[in-house]
Amino acid sequence: MKWSSWLIRFFLERMQRLLWLVPLAMVGLFTLIRIAPVDPVQAYVGARVALVGPEQRQAIATAWGLNDPIPEQFLRWLGHLLRGDLGDSMLFNASVSEVIMARWPASLSLIGAAFMLAFVVGTSLGLIAAAYKGRWPDRIIRAFAITLAVSPGFWLALLFIALFAVSLGWLPACCSAPPGLTLGEVTWGERLRHLILPAATVSIVGIAPLIMHTRARAGGFLEGAAARHLKAHGARDLPLLLGPGLRHALGPALTVHLAGAGELIGGSVLAESIFSWPGLGEATVRAAKGGDAPLLMGVALATLAMVFIGNLLADLAAHLLDPRLRNRPLGEARRRRWGLSHESGSANMTGGQP
Amino acid sequence: MTDLAQDVALAEEPSFPSEPVRRSRLSVRRRAMLSGAVALTLVLGVLIVAAFIPADTLRVNPATRMLAPSLEHLFGTDLLGRDMLLRTTLALGQSVGIGLFAAVVSTALSVMLGLVASVNRVADRIVGVATELFLGLPHFVLLMLVAYAAGGGVRGVILAVGLTHWPRLARVLRHEAQRVMASDYVAVSRGLGRSPLWVARRHLLPHLIPQIVAGFVLIFPHAILHEAGLSFLGLGVPPHLPSIGVILSESLRALGSGLWWLAFFPGLGLLLVALSFEVFGESLRRATDPDEGVA
Repeated sequence: MKWSSWLIRFFLERMQRLLWLVPLAMVGLFTLIRIAPVDPVQAYVGARVALVGPEQRQAIATAWGLNDPIPEQFLRWLGHLLRGDLGDSMLFNASVSEVIMARWPASLSLIGAAFMLAFVVGTSLGLIAAAYKGRWPDRIIRAFAITLAVSPGFWLALLFIALFAVSLGWLPACCSAPPGLTLGEVTWGERLRHLILPAATVSIVGIAPLIMHTRARAGGFLEGAAARHLKAHGARDLPLLLGPGLRHALGPALTVHLAGAGELIGGSVLAESIFSWPGLGEATVRAAKGGDAPLLMGVALATLAMVFIGNLLADLAAHLLDPRLRNRPLGEARRRRWGLSHESGSANMTGGQP
Repeated sequence: MTDLAQDVALAEEPSFPSEPVRRSRLSVRRRAMLSGAVALTLVLGVLIVAAFIPADTLRVNPATRMLAPSLEHLFGTDLLGRDMLLRTTLALGQSVGIGLFAAVVSTALSVMLGLVASVNRVADRIVGVATELFLGLPHFVLLMLVAYAAGGGVRGVILAVGLTHWPRLARVLRHEAQRVMASDYVAVSRGLGRSPLWVARRHLLPHLIPQIVAGFVLIFPHAILHEAGLSFLGLGVPPHLPSIGVILSESLRALGSGLWWLAFFPGLGLLLVALSFEVFGESLRRATDPDEGVA
């Protein structure tokens, strides 16, 4: 099939799915925020509670349309959303889109660094495990992967801080830059130093599934006819995997990793609030604690978009790296999501069930 | 107990078909029973100790503030002079309770939704959409939203971890049910005039029960980890109740003064409980998986 026509059909299929997923997500999100027993007026008034009387509260509620029927409120929210207006954040005293625009680069750099770190560590350990299958390196790596899969990432972050920041004093424990400097004064070296611990924390979520997936894929390659042939000519397992086997293992690994990128975002929420990283995750926590509903909704929408893009990239990467997939009818992609193929199955290992 | 859990994890053998089957030290079934015994001992131990700790042992005692781990206080003491071993045990007891509840609720939801989806096409579509919606957001962000919607606190945590862990098990069950219902022996049974109920009881249930049991056990570790994460951020269990998340968020403030034991031991306890259930669930799944072959 021709590449361009495939690409067009691929995007059409995606758009079609968006068409019914997005409205449902909107309704779900609105419902969740609306049923919260958080009084928006109270959240807005906050500490000035003594200065605002009941009549004023009523006036605020009416001005915000809180007394209108719920469906009307929903439609009004949707209307604003379509015009690109996400509302105003009470905590940051700025519009939600401004807060998001100011904060997403920090989150993206953190998640991107964690993504690469997890990919390098996960695939190399997976390849080593496959090459030494059944022997002690494999056993150690697998035990490591299982332990990592159930490790509370935020606890490991605390240990990192205790060891590298407090005892050894090698790395900073807070923020994305040294305090007291303007953005222009911060050197790239300083930024990297601040990035190491948070990125390591976030990457933990992604490593375990990658190890197991790469190991299974590479093991499958070593069992195959091509590898058997090369082995008959005297090739050893590890060089085989690093040479001709690499494409077999890395392509699917990248797909799995991209599809699981959403969980990295989840991990970044915890990491960002531990390290006071000025990103979206930290803003989410503050919004949820402070009852800042518009910000919470805005961040949730931004996260949804990020996950969707991650999945899109995952599918594109899979098709780019494996021409066999391109020749399959697209409908199968949906069946693949439901059915438990190895891809979705192992990508979701950290988040849940078998 | 640590060594045992690790042994179990290490003993797990790969099973690639073309390799000659190597005798592992433990059969799959024995391993499942052993890891189950470890997990249950751990949990029961925690629960029993937590239930029998007298209320006044957690008194604030300025004389024993911030002691490093010693024989008298194995896990050290906190900023108020309370013994960390006791606090950790109490908190683990609470974690186990919430984890258990979440696992029960989520398993029940998955069984219902998975089965409904496997019989009816319209229901299948609806459950499929719901699954995609739930998996569309990162799990932790979803947990925060549900906890927020439920008003936070213990209720928020319980609802959040209980209502968000079903999609994956539901998927597995639907898949399994469809596979069985499409098989030849079910067609033959129907042809022989067996009632749908008979087919469900004799053919479907034997396939689903192991999956449900393994799924139940595997939800557990994720539920307790998520509970700890939410409480750590201050979106879950309030600070005056025992909770690993609360203990760890306290310890974050004390880390700068070098009180590493406040974070190390409680987290380790949480990790061990989660790990023992993960290993138990995984070996249960392997022991009951007909495709695994080696028993």
